[in-house]
Amino acid sequence: MVKVKVYVTLKEGVLDPKGVTITQSLQALGYKNVKGAKVGKIIELDLNSSDKTAKGVETQIKEMSERLLANPVIEDFDFKVEE
Amino acid sequence: MKFGVVVFPGSNCEQDCYHAIKVLGADVSYIWHRSEDIDGFDCVILPGGFSYGDYLRTGAIARFSPVMRAVKKFAAGGGLVLGICNGFQVLLEAGLLPGAMLPNTSLKFICRQVNLRVENDQTPFTSLTRKGQVLAMPIAHYEGNYFADEETLKALEQNNQVVLKYSTPSGEITSAGNPNGSLKNIAGIVSKDGNIFGLMPHPERAVESILGSTDGQIIFRSLMESLVKS
Repeated sequence: MVKVKVYVTLKEGVLDPKGVTITQSLQALGYKNVKGAKVGKIIELDLNSSDKTAKGVETQIKEMSERLLANPVIEDFDFKVEE
Repeated sequence: MKFGVVVFPGSNCEQDCYHAIKVLGADVSYIWHRSEDIDGFDCVILPGGFSYGDYLRTGAIARFSPVMRAVKKFAAGGGLVLGICNGFQVLLEAGLLPGAMLPNTSLKFICRQVNLRVENDQTPFTSLTRKGQVLAMPIAHYEGNYFADEETLKALEQNNQVVLKYSTPSGEITSAGNPNGSLKNIAGIVSKDGNIFGLMPHPERAVESILGSTDGQIIFRSLMESLVKS
C-alpha cells in the first residue's frame, strides 16, 4: 500500500475569499504580522501498489489530479508519496 | 419540440425546470444521469442543485456521469444545452464553457432576487430579449463567483459570449449590483458557437407571477422560438 497526499491550492492571482477572511480574523486577534492566508485541500489517497518508487505511481497521481482532484483553471496541485 | 431535463444524484431544481417548460406549453421529460441515450431531444437542460453533494468542487463529479458523454456529443453537433446554477457549474467543469466558480466573496449562500442586464440578444436563449433589457430572477448559490483568466475574459468579450451581467435595477453594471463578486459582473455566458448557455440565476423560478417575477419566461420562450425556426 502506498500513501499519497495531494495538496490542492488556489493559483496565484485567484481571489481566495476564505483566505482573506482568515487573514482579517488573525489580524483582528492581534497577529498584525499576518499578511496573507491561502486555503487549500489535502486529499489522502491509499493506492494498492507494491512499488513505491515507481514512476508509474507519480504519473498516475498527476493524471488523477489533472482530471479530477484539481481544476486547472483556478487550482495548482502538488503531492507527496509517503514512505 | 422536446426538452430533456437531466437528473443527477443531488439535483434539486429538475422539477422546477420540468414545470416551467410544461407551463410554457412544450413537451419535456427527465433524463437519468446514467443514460447515454438523449436521441430525440431538441434541448437538454442541466438543472440546479447539489449534484454529488458538491463534493470536491461543484460539478466536478457530475461531469463524469455517463449522460455527460452524450451531452458533449449533442452539443458538438449543435444541440442546444442550457445549464442553470449547478448545471452551469457542471458545464464549466466539463470544459463546455470557459472559466470556473469560486465561493461568493461574502462567503454566504445567497438566495434572493437579482437584476440582470442582457448583453447579447443574438443567442438562441435570448432572441426575444433586447440588449440592455433588465430581467429580474432569483439566484441561490454559494459558489457563483465567476472567474476566468484575463485572456479568457478578453476572448469572451470579443466574441460577445457574455450574455447576462448582474446589474442594478436600472441596468448599471456596478459593484452594488454584483451579489457574489463575479468578474465583470458576469452572470451567464454562451459557448463560441452560441448553442451552450450557462447562467447562475434561475429562470425556471421566475415563470409565474406568484413566484415574484415572470422574467424567466423570456429565456424559455426564446429557446422555443429558436427551435421552431430551426
